[in-house]
Amino acid sequence: MSYDYEKSIRPGKLPHIWCPGCGHGIVMKGLIRAMDTCGLDRTNTAIVSGIGCASRLPGYLDACTLHTAHGRAAAFATGVKMAKPSMNVIVCGGDGDGTAIGGNHFIHACRRNIDMTYVVMNNFIYGMTGGQFSPCTPTGAKASTTPYGNPDPVFDISKLAIGAGATFVARTTAAHPREIDKLITMGIKHKGMAIIEVLDDCPTTYGRRNKFRSVVDMMKHLKANAVPAVAAAKMTAEQLQGKFLTGVLFQEERPEYTAQYAEVIKRAQGA
Amino acid sequence: MAKKVALLQGNQACAAGAIYAGAKFFAGYPITPSTEVAEELSNELPKVGGSFIQMEDEIAAMAAVIGGSLTGAKSITATSGPGVSLKQELIGYACIAEVPCVIINVMRGGPSTGMPTGPGQSDVMQAMWGTHGDHAAIALVPSTVQEIFTETVRAFNLAEKYRMPVQVLFDEIVGHMRERIEFPEPGELEVIDRAAPTVGPAEYKPYDATKGQVPPLAAFGSGYKFHVTGLNKAADGFPTTKAEYVDAEERRQINKVKDNADDIVKFEEYLTEDAEVVIWAYGSTARSARYAVNELRKEGVKVGLFRPLTIWPFPEKRTFELAKQCKAIVVAEMNLGQMVLEVERVAKGNCVVVHEGRVDGEPINPGQIAAKVKEVL
Repeated sequence: MSYDYEKSIRPGKLPHIWCPGCGHGIVMKGLIRAMDTCGLDRTNTAIVSGIGCASRLPGYLDACTLHTAHGRAAAFATGVKMAKPSMNVIVCGGDGDGTAIGGNHFIHACRRNIDMTYVVMNNFIYGMTGGQFSPCTPTGAKASTTPYGNPDPVFDISKLAIGAGATFVARTTAAHPREIDKLITMGIKHKGMAIIEVLDDCPTTYGRRNKFRSVVDMMKHLKANAVPAVAAAKMTAEQLQGKFLTGVLFQEERPEYTAQYAEVIKRAQGA
Repeated sequence: MAKKVALLQGNQACAAGAIYAGAKFFAGYPITPSTEVAEELSNELPKVGGSFIQMEDEIAAMAAVIGGSLTGAKSITATSGPGVSLKQELIGYACIAEVPCVIINVMRGGPSTGMPTGPGQSDVMQAMWGTHGDHAAIALVPSTVQEIFTETVRAFNLAEKYRMPVQVLFDEIVGHMRERIEFPEPGELEVIDRAAPTVGPAEYKPYDATKGQVPPLAAFGSGYKFHVTGLNKAADGFPTTKAEYVDAEERRQINKVKDNADDIVKFEEYLTEDAEVVIWAYGSTARSARYAVNELRKEGVKVGLFRPLTIWPFPEKRTFELAKQCKAIVVAEMNLGQMVLEVERVAKGNCVVVHEGRVDGEPINPGQIAAKVKEVL
């Protein structure tokens, strides 16, 4: 049975700009299914992004969409949510956008625990500008600006989000499409800051420089190294070498920011 | 009934003006000498059901203000020169995406950290040119605490009317000065809200300028689904690289200010009718200039004051007329020569244009201005 994605896509906006084999489309489909599952009213849903390949996603979706400046999505989204707390707010973007130029906004949005769902498509590279290394490019990997191998240590986005105070943090990969919408759905239903990190592939600027002979190879790599967090609990450090944990990594209940601010309004008004 | 009066600081008057204008959202970052605007609004906005947020940095504050405004809330931020430097990227975004918002710049010196507690007027060029790419700017420069109130209201009106960022610049002296202020009654000052779409959600295009230079802006969450981007775009809001769309959009966004300069430009003149020398001054410097005019008139010197309340768009017409009428224009400002460049450009050689500047953290005093006037007589 085929899923009706078209009712969620703006007429005339396809084909998308992504390269053949790019995982962003898989994530977009997952997001559409999650929004449908949650029954989000699209006229009351803002989808906010920054700059980069992943940040072009909102333009395809039928909703209130806001394609902002590089790295600033979380800050714009915070303004939307603060000024109109009744809106559903979804943020999407890439690893460089969210954790390098947007790193400050990312951690503070997590800290506030403001109610939004941020889908980070982590394809380990700056794709749109042609493959420069990002804070998520594996150490030693080749990028257009690391011709001798990447000397930089790597940001673990999910750990960063947990450390900064996000109250729902989950990770999956583009090779696990069913888990994408399951986790985004949980994120949307969660009251507070939800970070969904989707490990993604960029065959054009990352794969071909790093000995991935095909998109299939990249997908196999994501599949082979993903370890559900539940299973990881029973594995040794040695067995977990080079693997990444998937599924819900962290979840807690903590007062949500706009709900807290509603209390501020009550106090200011003498209630 | 007597009007409500108070002894208020300029920054507090700014916050009061914002509330009068219907502001519902403030996002900012602490910076001297503007912080009282934020402090005051953190107190007042929740009382009127609005919201206040202190963001992680200046850029984030500007981003949040744009996001807030897109939901229909009149939005404002307050900062100083270094903060505006950081906000420049997103001021450009607000220009191209045509999102109304108000940016308060309580000016200190510079460049860089400069003298944070000292006054300056060295951000006046930044207000015009401070973002990359071609764009229009509106900037207002009040001189008194009362005027900070009224010009903040006017800034919101212009932002909403022309669907763009509007900056209000006042120097630290006026920002921190306490003066008597009369609060206008509700309805006494005009308060403009952005135009609502005239078509339903299915036909709505956020940049459709067929019915006027300023297309109506729908609010997120009001039933309209549309796309907002910092890319060049067509009338429907979606990115385009088609030359004819890009060119038309850029020109429209500049022309909406240029063609309405008479509506936006505001100034005051004092004893300019027979003036042989005109002092061209704004902000706190205009107060010294007025004093200098009075002193010089006592000595029989034919001198007057031109005091702009709008510096961008530049008050070209009247400045040109004055240049034709007088022998010299003395531009007094707390910088080393900024608005004087515009006055020179507009005077087109019709009179002598000289500059009296100061950047040592002290105000320009009347004696200093008077001496310059005598020099050019």
